[in-house]
Amino acid sequence: MTALAEPQAPLAPAAQASTLAPVKYRGPLVVLVLSVVLLVVFALAIDPADTTTFRVATSRDVWQISPFTVPSLLTCVLASLVAIAIGVLALLRARARRSVPAWWYAVAGVVLLFAVLAWSVAGTGNAFPLTLLLVNAVGLAVPLCLGALAGLLCERSGVINIAIEGQLLAGAFLAVVVGTISGNPYVGLVAAPVAGALVGAVLALFAVRYWVDQIIVGVVLNVLVIGLTNYLFSTVLTNDPQGLNAPPRLPELPIPGLSAIPILGPALFNHPLTVYLMYAAVIVLQVMVFRSRWGLRLRSVGEHPKAADTVGIKVNPTRVRSTVLGSALAGLGGAALVSAGLAFTKELTSGKGYIALAAMILGRWSPTGAFAAALFFGTADALRRVLNNLGSPIPSELLGMLPYLATIFAVAGLVGRVRPPAAEGIPYKK
Amino acid sequence: MRLELQGITKRFGSLVANDGIDLTFEPGEIHALLGENGAGKSTLMNVLYGLYQPDGGQIVVDGTARTFAGPGEAMAAGIGMVHQHFMLIPVFTVAENVVLGHEPVAGGGLIDLAQARRRVKEISDRFGFDVDPDALVEDLPVGVQQRVEIIKALSRDAEVLILDEPTAVLTPQETDELIGIMRQLKEAGTSVVFITHKLREVRAVADTISVIRRGKVVGTASPQDSEVELASLMVGRSVTLAVEKAPAEPGDATFQVRDLTVLDARGVAVVDDVSFDVRRGEILAIAGVQGNGQTELTETILGLRSPSAGHLLLDGTDLGPLTVGEVIEAGVGFVPEDRTTDGLIASFSIAENLVLDMHTSPQFARAGSLSPAKVAANAATRVQEFDIRAGSVQDPVSTLSGGNQQKVVLAREMSRPLRLLVASQPTRGLDVGSIEFVHKRIVAERDGGTPVIIVSTELDEVLALADRIAVMYRGTIIGTVDGGHAADRDVLGLMMAGVPLEQAREQAAGHHTALAEADEVAAGADPLVAPVQDAPVAPAPAAPVTPTPSTEEER
Repeated sequence: MTALAEPQAPLAPAAQASTLAPVKYRGPLVVLVLSVVLLVVFALAIDPADTTTFRVATSRDVWQISPFTVPSLLTCVLASLVAIAIGVLALLRARARRSVPAWWYAVAGVVLLFAVLAWSVAGTGNAFPLTLLLVNAVGLAVPLCLGALAGLLCERSGVINIAIEGQLLAGAFLAVVVGTISGNPYVGLVAAPVAGALVGAVLALFAVRYWVDQIIVGVVLNVLVIGLTNYLFSTVLTNDPQGLNAPPRLPELPIPGLSAIPILGPALFNHPLTVYLMYAAVIVLQVMVFRSRWGLRLRSVGEHPKAADTVGIKVNPTRVRSTVLGSALAGLGGAALVSAGLAFTKELTSGKGYIALAAMILGRWSPTGAFAAALFFGTADALRRVLNNLGSPIPSELLGMLPYLATIFAVAGLVGRVRPPAAEGIPYKK
Repeated sequence: MRLELQGITKRFGSLVANDGIDLTFEPGEIHALLGENGAGKSTLMNVLYGLYQPDGGQIVVDGTARTFAGPGEAMAAGIGMVHQHFMLIPVFTVAENVVLGHEPVAGGGLIDLAQARRRVKEISDRFGFDVDPDALVEDLPVGVQQRVEIIKALSRDAEVLILDEPTAVLTPQETDELIGIMRQLKEAGTSVVFITHKLREVRAVADTISVIRRGKVVGTASPQDSEVELASLMVGRSVTLAVEKAPAEPGDATFQVRDLTVLDARGVAVVDDVSFDVRRGEILAIAGVQGNGQTELTETILGLRSPSAGHLLLDGTDLGPLTVGEVIEAGVGFVPEDRTTDGLIASFSIAENLVLDMHTSPQFARAGSLSPAKVAANAATRVQEFDIRAGSVQDPVSTLSGGNQQKVVLAREMSRPLRLLVASQPTRGLDVGSIEFVHKRIVAERDGGTPVIIVSTELDEVLALADRIAVMYRGTIIGTVDGGHAADRDVLGLMMAGVPLEQAREQAAGHHTALAEADEVAAGADPLVAPVQDAPVAPAPAAPVTPTPSTEEER
C-alpha cells in the first residue's frame, strides 16, 4: 500500500489556477449610463426654483415628524453625482478584475430612485408620501413573497411550479367567498390555502405520478383556474354580490411598541395578519429549508433524487408533500391580495404569480432572497400607484410597466449567475 | 456477516439480465465480480441493494432469507454500496451527504451538525482518509468523493460493502490507494464486493473471483490465474489482449499544435499553452484523468471551440478559424468521447448515421435531396467492412449494442480520405471483442500513413496503442514519453496526478504500486500474449481501407 509521495499533488482537476477572468463591465456601465442620462434629464427638465417636499409621517403616527423640503435640482444633481461616483469606482474595480459587491449597486439604485422621486413631484406643490410608499410596498409584496416561497418549496424538491398564478387566483377566490359567507375574514384566510393546495395536488398528480411536462401542466392549470373563476364570477357571484362577493376587511394589527418607530414602524409593523404570516413564513422556512432534516431531504430530492433514493428517502412522496405545502402558501398569498376587503374580479392576480416566480429566481431559491426580491417588486408597484395619485410628469401608462420592466431587467441580469436545483422539472422514474 | 444470493433472476422485458445466480460472500473477504459491460453485474448488485426486485431467487443474510423493498432496508441489514456514478449531492457538504437519510437531530427537527461532523471525522480518522466534513462535495476531487461514499456506507454500519466499478474514474495512484483501503476494510472484518472488468486490479486485490457472463455465473477463478485466462473466461473465448502492431514508421509532422490556449465560458484556460506534433503514420496518445482539458483540446481541433491563442496547423493550414464543416472537409476524422450524445443520432437509421457528415456531398445527394439508394448501398458496404452486427441498416442506430454503435461512428469517420484522425475514448464501455476490433482499425489507419491522436483515460489502452504518449494535466501537457515497452505505468500514473516527468521517474523508481507488485508476482510468462488465438472477431482488412491523400490533394 502506498500513498502519493512528496509533492502532495492534487489528485484531480479542480479550478485551474491560471485564470484570465473576463473583465465584467456590464454592471458598472449600466450604473454609469443610467446616472448620466438621468443627470442630463434632471438638468433639462427641472426648474432651478422648484422644491420638493417629502412627507415621512402618516396621520396616525405617535411622533409626528414634519415634512421636509429640499431644492429639487440640487438634490437630483447631487444624487446623480453620487451614483456616477459609485459607477466610476465600480468600473475601476472591474478593470482590476475584482468583483463589485452587490450592495454598491443597491446603494446606487436607491440614490437614483430617490432622485427620480424628488423629480416626480418637483414644483407640483404635492408632498411626496415617503412612508406611504413603504407601507404600500410591504403590503403589495405579500402575495409576491408567498408566491415565491411556494415556487421555492416546489422547485427545491424538483417540481417546477408555473401554476403559482392559478394558485393565487384560486386562493383569492375562496378567501373572498368563504370570508363573505362566514362574515369573518379569518375564516377566509384559512380557506385560501386549501384552494391553493388543491391546485397544487393536481400539479403534483400530473407532474410526479404521470411525468407530464411540468411547464405545460402549470400553464394549463393557470388557464383552468382563470376559466373556472371567471365562470363562477360571472354566474354565481354576479347573481348574489352581497351574499358572496363582499368580504370583510382584515383588520390591521399594530404591534405594540414596534409600530411606534418613525417610518419603519408603520411600514413594517402596522399591517393585517397576512403580513406577519409572511414574516413568519420567511424566517421559519429559511431555518427549516437549510438547517433541518426535513429541509435536507427536501433539497436532496430536488438535487439528486437517485442519491436520495439510495439512502432510503422516498422521492416522489417527498415531492408531492412539498408541492402541496408550497401551493398552500401560494393560496394564502391569494388571500393577501384581497385582504383589504376587495371584491373578487376577473383575473384579479394580473400576472402576479409570474412575478412571484421571478422573485424566486432573483432571490436565488432562498426564502430571505425571495423576500428581498418581493419587496423590490412590491416597491416598484407601490411607486406606480403613488406617482399616479400625485399626477407626476411621467405618463401613467409608462408607470404601469414599471414592475414588469423591473422584473425583466432583474432576471436578465442574473442569467448564468444563479443555479437552480439540479433535478428541477425532471420526473423521477425508477 | 455471511451473505448468500440463491438463484437470483431478474428480467427486463424479454432480456434476462440475471439468470439464476448463486453467490456467497464470506465475512472479511474481498470478492471480485468480474464481467464485461452488460454482463449483469450492476443489475445483480442493484437487486442486492433493494433498488430492483428480483423475479426469482432469494437473498440470505446469516442464514435468514430477506427481501429488501428499498435501499433503506438493505442498508439496515448491513449492506452498503458505492455506486459507479456517485450518489452524492454536489451542493451539500461532506457531513450533510454522509448523514442524509439518517440524520442526527437536535431540537425542533434541526440537524445536529456537530454530531454529523464527528461521525465523518471518526471514520475518516480510522482509515486515514483526511476528509474535511465541511467541504462541499462538488469541490472535491473524484478520489476523495469516493472516500465520502465509503464513509457514508460505513457510517451506516455496513458489513458488506459493494464497490461498483470503483476504479473507472480514478488515476492509477488513486486506484492504488483504494486497493489499500479495501485491504484495510477486509482486516476490519468487512466483506468487500468488488465489481470490475479490469483484470489487473482483480488479480491484485481479490481473494475470490466470480466471473459473470450474459447474466450467469460462468465460473470462479483464482487471483493467480493469468490475465489472459481471466479474460477468456469473461468473454467466453480466447482473446488477445495485446494489440498486434508493427513499430511505427513515422513520416513528416503534418499536424502541429502551437501554443494553443482555449478559455472556457468563465475565462479559465482549460487548454493552457499546449504545443505538440503528430507525424504521419504514428499514434499519439493523450493520457490523463478525465477533465484535464482533453475534451476541450479535441473539440478545438474539430472547430467546436475557438482557440484564444495559438495555431492548429494541418499540412500548413491553420484549422483555428475554420468552421466544423471546413475542418471535416480538410480531412479530419473525429470520434467523439460520448458516441450516444455526440457521435450518433439515436433515432436515425444506421444508414443515415453513416452519412451524417456527407449528406451534402454529391456522392449521396443531388440538388438538396438525398438518394436513399446510394445511402443504403454505402451502408451495406460499411456494415460488412466494419463487421457491424445489425439486423437491417434501416433500423434505428439505438437498437445496436455499444460496440456496434462505436463501429458505426468509426465506419463513418474512416470512410473518407483522412489527413488526421482524432479519436476520444474510442473503446469506452465496449466489450473485449469490440475493443480488439476498434484497436485494429485504428492501427490500420496509422499504417495507412494517417497521423492519429487517441485521447484515453484508460492507461491500458494508452499503453496498447500509443507510439508516443503525452500526459495532460490541468490543461497543460506535463510531459511526453515514448510508448510501447519503454513506458512505465507508475511514471505515467504520477504524471496524470501532476508530477513532472523527471520527478515522476525518481518517485516511481523508489516504490512500486500494489498493481505493479501483483504484476511482478504473476510474471511467469508475458501475461499479455495469448496462448491461442482461434477466433478473430473480424477479418483484418487486407489493405488499408482509406488511402491517405497526398498533401497536394486540395479540398
